[in-house]
Amino acid sequence: MFLSSLLLALRAIRRNLMRSFLTILGIVIGVSAVITMVTLGNGATRVVSDQIASLGSNLVMVRPGQRLGPGRDSAGAPRFKVSDAEVIQTQISGLNAVAPSTNRSVTVVYGANNWSTAITGSTDAYFTVGNWRLAGGRVFTESEQRAGKAVCVIGETVRRELFGQLPALGGELRVSNFSCEVIGVLASKGQSAMGMDQDDTIVMPLRTLQRRLTGNQDVNTILVSVVDSSRTDQVMADLRSLLRERRKIAASEDDNFSILDTRQIAETLTGTTKVMTMLLGAVAAVSLLVGGIGIMNIMLVSVTERTREIGIRLAIGALEREVLLQFLVEAVALSALGGIIGIILATLASIGLAGVMQVPFLFDPAINLLAFLFSAAIGVIFGYFPARRAARLDPIEALRHE
Amino acid sequence: MKAAPSPPTPLPPSEGSQPPSPPAPLPPGEGSESLIELRDVTKTYGQGTAEFQALRGVNLRIEPGEFVAVMGPSGSGKSTAMNILGCLDNPTSGAYVFRGLHVEQLSRNQRALLRRYYLGFVFQGFNLLARTTALENVELPLVYRGEPRVARHARAREALDAVGLRQWEKHTPAELSGGQQQRVAIARAIVTSPTILLADEPTGNLDTQRSHEIMDLLVALNRDRGITVLMVTHEPDMARYAKRIIHFLDGRVSSDHRNGENT
Repeated sequence: MFLSSLLLALRAIRRNLMRSFLTILGIVIGVSAVITMVTLGNGATRVVSDQIASLGSNLVMVRPGQRLGPGRDSAGAPRFKVSDAEVIQTQISGLNAVAPSTNRSVTVVYGANNWSTAITGSTDAYFTVGNWRLAGGRVFTESEQRAGKAVCVIGETVRRELFGQLPALGGELRVSNFSCEVIGVLASKGQSAMGMDQDDTIVMPLRTLQRRLTGNQDVNTILVSVVDSSRTDQVMADLRSLLRERRKIAASEDDNFSILDTRQIAETLTGTTKVMTMLLGAVAAVSLLVGGIGIMNIMLVSVTERTREIGIRLAIGALEREVLLQFLVEAVALSALGGIIGIILATLASIGLAGVMQVPFLFDPAINLLAFLFSAAIGVIFGYFPARRAARLDPIEALRHE
Repeated sequence: MKAAPSPPTPLPPSEGSQPPSPPAPLPPGEGSESLIELRDVTKTYGQGTAEFQALRGVNLRIEPGEFVAVMGPSGSGKSTAMNILGCLDNPTSGAYVFRGLHVEQLSRNQRALLRRYYLGFVFQGFNLLARTTALENVELPLVYRGEPRVARHARAREALDAVGLRQWEKHTPAELSGGQQQRVAIARAIVTSPTILLADEPTGNLDTQRSHEIMDLLVALNRDRGITVLMVTHEPDMARYAKRIIHFLDGRVSSDHRNGENT
């Protein structure tokens, strides 16, 4: 019975091809909009999380003050010193590397070219912690760090802007009031999650930076890389109690430092794109609903138009539920067809738009299935009313209908 | 009257997917039951001042194998009576007994099953499904009986053969003449080998020659297959084909006589 209803429904759809197409247009647009939005949103989320992963694996950041970024109370909190990083290194287990670091914005000059960038002063552990690879040259040695020698490793953007086609290694950069020898060039990492160019950087020994630029012993951030990411929470707890002790914070007081790991940052940032994805998907879902109303409208017209046919079927002994099923199956077949066309369109649109927006195309079977089932469900919901109307027709009235 | 060869109508379906199977009617001939009996049937439409009594107490018996013409002016109640006899409508009061079964007590779905297994309909306006071939139109009642495709085709072709339209099976109603359409409709009505064929002005839309062809067909079905035929008509020429003529007037049976007798 169900199969013959389906055949009957397909025949009815084919009989009115143009109208069937217009009927399902709403569903097609709704389904493809939902899937495209969610697919592109997933791609954007993936981009963000990939970029955060490129920050460094299992990275934990320790900063003075309670806020990420330029918060107002970070100013009052005491800075870290190099000794803090050394204590962390020796007292906490499970660490891969600890890199105290300080940043400073400067303008560097090479020959006729100058370029504004950020200099990071740190130890050679910085390269381990930040997942940096060298494109050429070397990182600084132990003795260079201790002596605070004027050597630096530059990022790809800095190299391009200052040296262009010229060899960078061995070049002497002018950094504010001193000159500094380029001993290494970093491999490119591209944009960060916040859209900053990670290659626009210069790294030099921390002591060099402190002596020649900042003029103090402060460390802005201590970067910690954890060996085993499953132990990150333990390491963070250890860090917290160690630092509270060293900074003599009473039990009743809040921390005057903050500890963040890349996973948290990733969750915060991907959380934002996920919310955006859901919002876009929800807006698109409204059009699905409108499409459903379109189906109901056409099914009602169809029932009126085919009143006589329904009368004939009832007269020769069709049961109420058989007529109901016939029209319900027709509505569901229509909307499911719309769903399938919508999925095909969405796939094509997603591939195209993903290319334009430079996000990866990630086929999400769950959302495709969900959108399809939703469209079929819309057929059932909006098809039920017209179908019931058809089934409840009085056969005598229906046969008389012109 | 010779005992009507009981059409090989199976008692309602054995397939499991048909829960409300009709209550099994008593086999014909048990006791002194007629095939059809109307007892004091009334039918009232509307309410209050708009109330209209279409039937005012109709008593009628029809035996198996009869060919009955129902006549009367419009508004006399003959169509209402036919709707009740066709199990399309229920009487307001009174009893409609079909092979011992009280139809007036059946639900809408049970009446539908009664129509499916025992009745065939032919209408004045043919009422074929548009844009559907003759064969598919004739098959339709068998679809609802859940007959397999092959058997369905075979029986539908047989029925089209019986009305002389075998070679037209691929044509849609729009490609057929009125007389041919009505013959397709008759094929659809008899494809299930019904006990009763109800024809509501079957020749009303046809010219004289086609009308006589249709009547010859109905007479043959009645004679050769023992199908009881109930036909509404207001053309005395057509009523002459029937063995019995019932006249309706003002919601009552005004005369009921064998053909040839005087009123």
